Amino acid sequence: MGSPTNRIEVTLESVLDSVDLAEDISLRVAVAAGFDDDARDRIGMSVREGMINAVTYGNRGAREKKIFLSLGLDGNKMVIRILDQGQGFRLEDVPDPLAEENLLKTSGRGIFLMRAFMDEFEVRPGAQGGAELVMAKRLPAAAAKPS
Amino acid sequence: MSFKATARESSGITVVDVSGRITLGEGSTMLREMMRDLLDKGHKKIVLNLGDVNYIDSSGIGELVSGFSAVKGQGGELKLLHLTKKVHDLLQITKLYTVFDVHSDEATVLNSFK
Repeated sequence: MGSPTNRIEVTLESVLDSVDLAEDISLRVAVAAGFDDDARDRIGMSVREGMINAVTYGNRGAREKKIFLSLGLDGNKMVIRILDQGQGFRLEDVPDPLAEENLLKTSGRGIFLMRAFMDEFEVRPGAQGGAELVMAKRLPAAAAKPS
Repeated sequence: MSFKATARESSGITVVDVSGRITLGEGSTMLREMMRDLLDKGHKKIVLNLGDVNYIDSSGIGELVSGFSAVKGQGGELKLLHLTKKVHDLLQITKLYTVFDVHSDEATVLNSFK
């Protein structure tokens, strides 16, 4: 039998306050899960970037469109899902912000930061449209174990 | 801690002491408006003192890049001073550390302007 799953699910409006709220919720879950300061910062920033992506690029600021945030402790990792109601996108279509020609662009670093800061990251098409960002961070005890 | 920025003059160079979070919304917007205001007033040698900036997101990074390009576009220079570890690490992984002229000493950065 696997470990029990503990999950929080929140439906948020496509507004700036939702970004701050989601970050705050994720930090509380990360504290409860026992992550250290650095890991908490990385989780909080990843959720923040995921929410910015959903509000700004996914739902394009349309207030009537929702964002579905889910945070859970699943086995040996914290799993975060952020689903928007936009057009969806493919990871391979996102320009590399480290490419010389993109270094001085003023946007386009959010996906890169999430991939850098989390142990797992992928983009899935939502069951009813939109894009679902799925990311995970190994729990402290699991991260300390040799693989 | 909310965003705050205060400009002062030193040897003909504008030093902006920034504190708090530079994030999507208030922080990024205020930084953008301040940079625009400085350029409108003819300030082209600018130092952003980020010693008290404890958090910056991709929107904040974008604002730094935007300011850098705007100042450079007018023949000026924008330099960074006193990066916190978080901001330093963020600029490193985004490869922007090599784009910006970064200093850890105010006298040195003031003397580095042409």
